[in-house]
Amino acid sequence: MIPKISKETTLLDKTEELSGEKIFSCHKCGKCSAGCPVGTLMDVRPHQVIELVQANDWSVLESRTIWLCASCFQCATRCPKDVDLTRVMEALRLLVLRENFDHIRISEISKEELRELPPVALVSNFRKCTG
Amino acid sequence: MKIPYYPGCTLKTTAKPFEDTTKAVSEVLGIELLEMPRWNCCGTVYSLASDDLMHQLAPIRNLIRVQDMGYDRVTTLCSMCYNTLEQANQLVKGDPEKLEKMNSFMDQEKDYTGGVTVVHYLTLLKEMGFDSLPVKNPLKGLTVVPYYGCLLLRPEEISIDNPERPTIMAELLAALGATVVDHPYKLECCGSYHTVDYKEVVCEKTYHILSSARKRGAEAVVLSCPLCEFNLDFRQKDLEQELAPMPILYFSQLLAVSLGLFDALGFDQHYVDPEPLLKEKGLLR
Repeated sequence: MIPKISKETTLLDKTEELSGEKIFSCHKCGKCSAGCPVGTLMDVRPHQVIELVQANDWSVLESRTIWLCASCFQCATRCPKDVDLTRVMEALRLLVLRENFDHIRISEISKEELRELPPVALVSNFRKCTG
Repeated sequence: MKIPYYPGCTLKTTAKPFEDTTKAVSEVLGIELLEMPRWNCCGTVYSLASDDLMHQLAPIRNLIRVQDMGYDRVTTLCSMCYNTLEQANQLVKGDPEKLEKMNSFMDQEKDYTGGVTVVHYLTLLKEMGFDSLPVKNPLKGLTVVPYYGCLLLRPEEISIDNPERPTIMAELLAALGATVVDHPYKLECCGSYHTVDYKEVVCEKTYHILSSARKRGAEAVVLSCPLCEFNLDFRQKDLEQELAPMPILYFSQLLAVSLGLFDALGFDQHYVDPEPLLKEKGLLR
């Protein structure tokens, strides 16, 4: 369950403000989805994320997609319209995380995993997945 | 050449062989790495929110330390540190208002002037010229693929090479005498920090990246990121049924082997031990 988010301003406005991107610049070529390394595992494909934000559809925040994005910048590098979807994904995650929500439970990571995982994996994961 | 060196957390722990071999190599090459006396975590991932300056403080504080040392360049090994430090650097260089805000927040430090450049160690080697490396033990008969991953190359503004068609690691490995083959997954993200929360995603990426490398004839995969190393190496544990073991090496480890430096290779810290392969090729003493 995602937390209740105040919907006084539109999703489009909030996303543009947080990401600094102009969402309607997208001309729907689909390059972001084509190049995404985890695109096939997503419930909402990267280009569809843009469409949902354009339509002010808050359900995008309940998608698995925003958490599967690993900020690899492949979509940002290939976008012919310079829409940085990596930033848009981060903005959407933050809309959820800033309601004091954690996507992962650190206490559920086993001791064995904590011993084995490199610090850089843990710090980056906690930065991206906890509020 | 003297240059400040930013290690980062993982170079002191699970990626120790990356640091140790780089130090050994640097000594031979006349690169004096000056480890920064008071470095702090870079944050590991660059914050992408336009209103978030708090997470830019850590990388910028490190750049202030470099400035304090009296240098205008700093080198680093970890792809994630490189990316985070240089992205934050470019943010404040291009936005004086944000820089001023951060400087006044960190009022116990000297102001950052934006005069530092972050240079990845591979770039440093390239500047010196790969052909000038004093190779004593050429990597003859060893077929490798470079794996770049994401953060050395993207976003484009901080890329150490062409972001879609990089050659820097291939050039280095060829200069060391290895046979280098290209493979289509060289830029593909390994799943990164999802190794913590979506391990199965990382296993799937690892499977595709390594089986592609194998199809091209690679005997080992060479990289520059401690997180990619962990994912491609240790996640093979869950792929033993599907995949024959593929050794994963830091470029600095092969560089050390080629320069005849065998003391700090640290192969015992890998999941797939690269030693049998290198012995079979007659490259280890």
